[in-house]
Amino acid sequence: MKRAAAGADPAAPRLVLTGITKHYPAVVANDGIDLSVAPGEIHAVLGENGAGKSTLMKIIYGMVRPDAGRIAVDGVPVTIAGPAAARALGIGMVFQHFSLFETLTVADNIALALRAGVSRRALGRRIRDVSRQYGLPLDPARYVHTMTVGERQRVEIVRCLLQDPRLLIMDEPTSVLAPPAVAQLFATLRTLAAEGVSILYISHKLDEIRALCERATVLRAGRVTGECDPRRETVASLARMMIGRDLPHPRHAAATPGATVLAVDRLTLAAQDPFGVALDSVSLAVRAGEIVGIAGISGNGQRELVAAITGERTVPRADAVRIDTTPVGRLDADARRALGMAYVPEERIGRAAIPVMSLAENALLTAHRQGLVARGFIRRPAMRAFAQRVIAAFGVRAAGPDAVAESLSGGNLQKFIVGREMQQAPRVFVAAHPTWGVDVGAAAQIRQALVDLRDRGVAVLVTSDELDELFEISDCIAVMAGGRLSPPMPARETSAEAVGLLMAGPRTDAREAA
Amino acid sequence: MDTAVQLVVLTLAAATPLLLAALGELVTERSGVLNLGVEGMMLTGAVCAFIACVKTGSPWLGVAAGAVAGAGLAAIFGVLVLTLTANQVASGLALSLFGVGLSAFAGLDYVSAVVDGIRPLAIPGLTTLPVVGPLLFGQNPLVYVALVLLVAIQWMLHRTHAGLVVRAVGESPESADAIGYNVLAIRYGCVLFGGACAGVAGAYLSLAYTPMWSENMTAGRGWIALALVVFATWKPWRVLAGAVLFGGVTLAQFQAQAAGVDVEPQLLAMLPYVATIVVLAIISRNPMLILRNAPASLGRPFRPDR
Repeated sequence: MKRAAAGADPAAPRLVLTGITKHYPAVVANDGIDLSVAPGEIHAVLGENGAGKSTLMKIIYGMVRPDAGRIAVDGVPVTIAGPAAARALGIGMVFQHFSLFETLTVADNIALALRAGVSRRALGRRIRDVSRQYGLPLDPARYVHTMTVGERQRVEIVRCLLQDPRLLIMDEPTSVLAPPAVAQLFATLRTLAAEGVSILYISHKLDEIRALCERATVLRAGRVTGECDPRRETVASLARMMIGRDLPHPRHAAATPGATVLAVDRLTLAAQDPFGVALDSVSLAVRAGEIVGIAGISGNGQRELVAAITGERTVPRADAVRIDTTPVGRLDADARRALGMAYVPEERIGRAAIPVMSLAENALLTAHRQGLVARGFIRRPAMRAFAQRVIAAFGVRAAGPDAVAESLSGGNLQKFIVGREMQQAPRVFVAAHPTWGVDVGAAAQIRQALVDLRDRGVAVLVTSDELDELFEISDCIAVMAGGRLSPPMPARETSAEAVGLLMAGPRTDAREAA
Repeated sequence: MDTAVQLVVLTLAAATPLLLAALGELVTERSGVLNLGVEGMMLTGAVCAFIACVKTGSPWLGVAAGAVAGAGLAAIFGVLVLTLTANQVASGLALSLFGVGLSAFAGLDYVSAVVDGIRPLAIPGLTTLPVVGPLLFGQNPLVYVALVLLVAIQWMLHRTHAGLVVRAVGESPESADAIGYNVLAIRYGCVLFGGACAGVAGAYLSLAYTPMWSENMTAGRGWIALALVVFATWKPWRVLAGAVLFGGVTLAQFQAQAAGVDVEPQLLAMLPYVATIVVLAIISRNPMLILRNAPASLGRPFRPDR
C-alpha cells in the first residue's frame, strides 16, 4: 500500500481542496469549498440531500470537472481528468449506487478494475487474502446479481482495497446495510485508517458520524457551514449545522386502531424476473388508525409485496389481498384505488411522477376521481386548484401548479407526491421508502404527515430500510427477509437490535450477521 | 451423398452474408449500442467493393474497400449517437435509408458492369476429394473468413480481458466509466467493427455470391441480420445456427422455384421473412431468455459529465 506520487511531501495532508466551485444550469452545487484530509484520518462530509456532497466527491474522483478551484494530493497540485487519473493517484471510491456489473462474477468485476495482466488464479488468491485480512469474506466465483446489497458492498470495498488506495471515498455506505454489517464496516474502516489510508465518509446519519469520524466538514446549499470534531458534538448540534435550524420531532401518541382495512393472507408469489424475489406465504393486517412498518434490507421482497398489495401486479388468488372484506387480488391498481387505496411508490421519477409533465398534470394521474375529469374531458381549473391545494398544504417549494415535475428538488417533489395521495382522502395508504433520498427537513415533515393521517383513522403501511424512521412512526413493525415476513411486533416493545437480527435473516449468510 | 454435400455448401454460401453482418452487429450491441443501419452499411459496402474491384481488378482490394465503406458509414452513426447522444433507433433507421440511396447513386454507372469476383477455392488434389473436399477446400474463401471470425469473436468476448471490457460497457457504461474506462472510445471501436463486418458482408454479395451490382441487392438481409442477433440472444454460436437456418430457408425458396413447385414465386420469396417473424415471436415468448442475456444498456446513450 501507500506508494506516494513523485515529489510528494510525506508531511503534507493527503488531500487539500481550495475554492472548489461547480455550477449547474439551475444551481450552484459547490461554492468555494475548502477541505483538507490528513493521512490516516476518517473525515466526514455531512449535509442534506442537495447540499453538494456527491458533486464534491465526484470532483475528487474525476467524474465531474470543477469550474474553479485547486486540488492537491500529498502536497502536489493535480488536475484529475477522469476516474482513471484519480485511481492512478491512489484515490478509490465506493459508490452509494454501486458501480458493479450484475451479470458478471466477483472475480470478473475485480479483474475489470485491475486491468489486464493478472492471472485468474493469482487474482482469486489476492481476493481471498485481502478479504480475510479485513474480515470481508467473498467467493470470487459468485455472480453479483445473486448477492445481497451488503455482499455487493463488500465486493466494491475489496475491489478498491486491491488497488492499494491512499484515499478512500465512501458515499452513504451504510444506507444499504443491516446494523451488524455496519459494525463490521466500521471495524474495517478503522483498520484501514490505522494503516494510514485516509477516508472521506459521506453520510447524513449523524450518530454514525459521531461514532466513526474524527473530523467533519458540514455542507449546506453548496457551502461549507462548519468544521468540527463530531465526537464532541451532539446529534442536535450537528443537525443544526446541517439544516440551519433545530430538527422537529414528530408527535406520536399511542394508536387506537379500529377494524382491519388491509389484509394480506398467505400470499405466495413466484419471482417475476431473474433478479426478483419470490414471496413465501406472507400474511399481514393493517387496521384503521395504525401504522405498520415493514423493515428489511432492500431486495428481500418488499418491492414485490408492495406491488402485489397495490395492484401493480395482480395475484392468482383474489382473496390473498383484501380491502375491508373485498377480495382485490385480481383487481388492477386503478380498481384498488377506487376502493380507497393510495400509494407512494419507491421511485419518484418515472413511477410516481412523469418528469416532463407539470405538477397539475401529475396530480391528475392518480387524483382524477377527485372531480378533475368530467365526461372524459379534463377540467383544467379543478386540476390546477387540486395541485395548488397540495402545494399549499405541504409547503412544496415550486413555481406553482404549472412547474414541471423534474424542476423540483427530490424532497419537494416527494412532498408533492405524498400530498397528492393524502389529499384524496384514502382509507389505505401504502408508502414505499417515503423519505428515500429526501433531506432531513422534508423527511421529518413527511413522517409527521403519515402520523397525522393515521390519527385521522387511515390504515397506513410503510416500507423502509431506515430503522430509525420505522421506529419513529410505526405502531407495529414486521421484518421482511428472503421473501418472508416476520410476525408483527409492537414497535414500543421491540428494539433495533432485535429487528436488525431479523433483517440479517435467512438470506444473509452467518458471516454477515456475525 | 453428393447432393447432401452440395446442399451444405449452398446453405453456407447463403448463410455467410447473414453471419458476417450479424457478428458485427452482435459486437456493436454487446457494447450497448443498437445500430439499425446494417442494411445501409451492407449496401454501401457492396457497391464500394464492386467499384473498387472494377477499378483495380483486385477482388480483395474490393473487400477491403467494402470494409472501409461500412466502417465509414458506421463512423457517421457513431458521431451522431455517441458524441452527440442522438436517439439510436432513429439514427440507425436514417442510416439505413441513407445507405440505400447512397449505394444506388454511387452504383448508377456500374449496374451492367462485370467483374471477375472471388471464386470458390480450387486446390488441386484436395477440392476433388469426396465429401471433405468441397466442404473444407471448395468453398468461397469469404465463407472461411466468416467462420474464423465467428470463432475469434466467441473467444474474444468470453476469454479475453478486452471482451470482458466490451461486455461490461454494454451492461453498465456508468460503472465502466466509474472504474476508469473510456466508454466512448470502446463503443466507437465496436461500432466501427460492426460497420466493417457489414461492409464485408456486402462485398461478399457483390463480389462472391452474385458477382454483379444491382440496386438494393441485399434484399433485406441487413434486417434479417439484426433479427438474428436477438434470435441468438447475443451469443456468437447461435448466430451461426440462425444464419444457417435462414440461409437454408432462402435456398429452399430458390430450389422450390427451380423445381417448378406450383406456388407463386412472390409467396416463396416471403419465406425467409416469415421465418424471421415466426422465430422472433417464439423467442419473445420467453422474456427471461432475453432479459438474462441482453446487454442491459442497449440503446441507452451515455456521456460522461466532464
